[in-house]
Amino acid sequence: MIELKSIAKSYAMGEHQVRALVGTDLFIGAGEFVAIQGSSGSGKSTLLNILGILDSPDSGTYTLDGNLIANLSARDAARYRNRFIGFVFQSFNLIHHKSALDNVALPLYYQNVSRRKRHKIAMEYLERVGLADRATHKPSELSGGQSQRVAIARALITQPALLLADEPTGALDTQTGEQIMSLFRDVNAQGMTVVLVTHEREIAEQTQRIIQLRDGDIIRDERL
Amino acid sequence: MNVFDSLFEISESLRTHKTRTVLAVLTVAWGIFMLVLLLGAGRGLQNGVELQFKDDAVNSIRIYGGKTTIDYKGLPRGRSIRYENEDYEQIRSNIEHVDKISARYYVGGDSTVRYGKQQAAFDIRGVHPDHLYLEKTVLSAGRYINENDLTERRKVAVVGAKVVERLFEQPAPLGKMIAINGISYQVVGVFTDDGSQDEEETVYLPITTAQLVYAEPVRLHQMTYTVGDATYQQSKESEQQVRELLAQRKNFSPNDQRAARIYNNLDEYKKVTDLFYWVRVFVAVVGVGTVLTGVLAVSNIMVISVAERRREIGIRKAIGATPGSITRLIVLESVIVTVIAGYIGLISSLGLLELLKATVPENEYMYQPDVNTFVVVAVTLLVIVSGTLAGYLPARRAAAIDPVQALQPS
Repeated sequence: MIELKSIAKSYAMGEHQVRALVGTDLFIGAGEFVAIQGSSGSGKSTLLNILGILDSPDSGTYTLDGNLIANLSARDAARYRNRFIGFVFQSFNLIHHKSALDNVALPLYYQNVSRRKRHKIAMEYLERVGLADRATHKPSELSGGQSQRVAIARALITQPALLLADEPTGALDTQTGEQIMSLFRDVNAQGMTVVLVTHEREIAEQTQRIIQLRDGDIIRDERL
Repeated sequence: MNVFDSLFEISESLRTHKTRTVLAVLTVAWGIFMLVLLLGAGRGLQNGVELQFKDDAVNSIRIYGGKTTIDYKGLPRGRSIRYENEDYEQIRSNIEHVDKISARYYVGGDSTVRYGKQQAAFDIRGVHPDHLYLEKTVLSAGRYINENDLTERRKVAVVGAKVVERLFEQPAPLGKMIAINGISYQVVGVFTDDGSQDEEETVYLPITTAQLVYAEPVRLHQMTYTVGDATYQQSKESEQQVRELLAQRKNFSPNDQRAARIYNNLDEYKKVTDLFYWVRVFVAVVGVGTVLTGVLAVSNIMVISVAERRREIGIRKAIGATPGSITRLIVLESVIVTVIAGYIGLISSLGLLELLKATVPENEYMYQPDVNTFVVVAVTLLVIVSGTLAGYLPARRAAAIDPVQALQPS
């Protein structure tokens, strides 16, 4: 599913060059449920951005689902993100003036699916995360847990090959975090590859594989 | 991308930012309103002035005698230039664009006109039949001087309404005999003249009769002709031909403007239309400036809108919006705002112009303020183009937003 070879990435921070990734190799098979762990500055966000084609590496190769991700135009990168990848963020990142239903349906708008059809599909996904009765609510009328479930429904609606989650429980209380994690487990159980970034050990331990990052390199890769 | 879907996205975004949208719409609408209103008012002013010109024969050229001011072919300056019947005939048959033509013979001195016991002094002019059109004389009774009057040198007179008022107790002068300087003429016509009240204190005689009576059988004091449908350029050429013809016949320099004094009414008319051309240019510049101010306001508002929606745009890009789709969304939003605003301005200004047309009576300063289809089409293009321009830079900025940065937790 995911194959990274010698991925390196550095940023200019003022006068200093910060090496976020120093030549990372990583293989994640289809259907895996993986947690990437590391302290702040370990390179885990950079890794996630590269996996999500939001950022490109300085060197090395990235193959996603058999496609070599290299030298993409902004337009093609957008197409890949739309078709292959679902994103879940720590701060939910719902569009505040759109209803839950419209938020879930938005990725299909960029696939030119008709409004009626994408609303129908979005409703199915809202049902799947247990929020069909909140379809017309705006994000401001939803709790944190509900917002994150809407965001997950949005990430799933394009049936992506890969679900990427960046600290998905970071803004939630423990109990709500548990609900979200169980949702991820369900999704994974149905065959989707899930990669999440977290700094919480308890969260990481609920996955099948923990990858530890420090100073831009993988220091431990344990299967649970 | 589905147009209906895009429109829905845009209307949603506009509704979310009502105040901002309304302000942008008002700015552009006001600009277009002022532009169209000013253009219409400018047209109205021009129509008003042109209405005044309609009272005179706009296309007439008047030729007076004069004194030479340039020595020419051994002849000294200071010679008087006078005209004769042959000059009239030459102009009538040889000059291009001559439509109506008449000469004048002024009966000088104290010209006393008497009917019965009443008498008074009036202007007496010998004229050709075409003089009726040149002076825009309106006959109220009887007939004007005709060709037979000229050939038979009939003693007939056409009198102005004021003359009738002074001399006749009952206003029925047709067929009556009046005496001018002791010689009897039969009244065959009465006229009025809207152009000038003084005109109505005139008595017209057949020019041949007047020349004969005052013993100057070939003398003419003045000639006037019109150039029909000729353009301004053609009328200037015609004028030049007359000057050259007269210069040759009278032996004066064709460059001597004072030897034959020729006045072309179209010069005045042209001055006024030129003035109004520049008034319209000025109005258009000011109006377009106002519209541009509105467009800048829209552009500014779009820049703020993009900055405010930075996160939203980041989200859209993360979930698969291409840069092109973001650009289209912002540009289309800008165009829709300016077009709606433009038409609000256009329709309200057209409405106000219609109201003015319907309520302000005909007067010499403002008549039929209006704009033509060209203005409507131009305004439409203007708002579409300026809306695109206003949206383009903010749209490019939006399309370049890096989702990684835009989505950093704030």
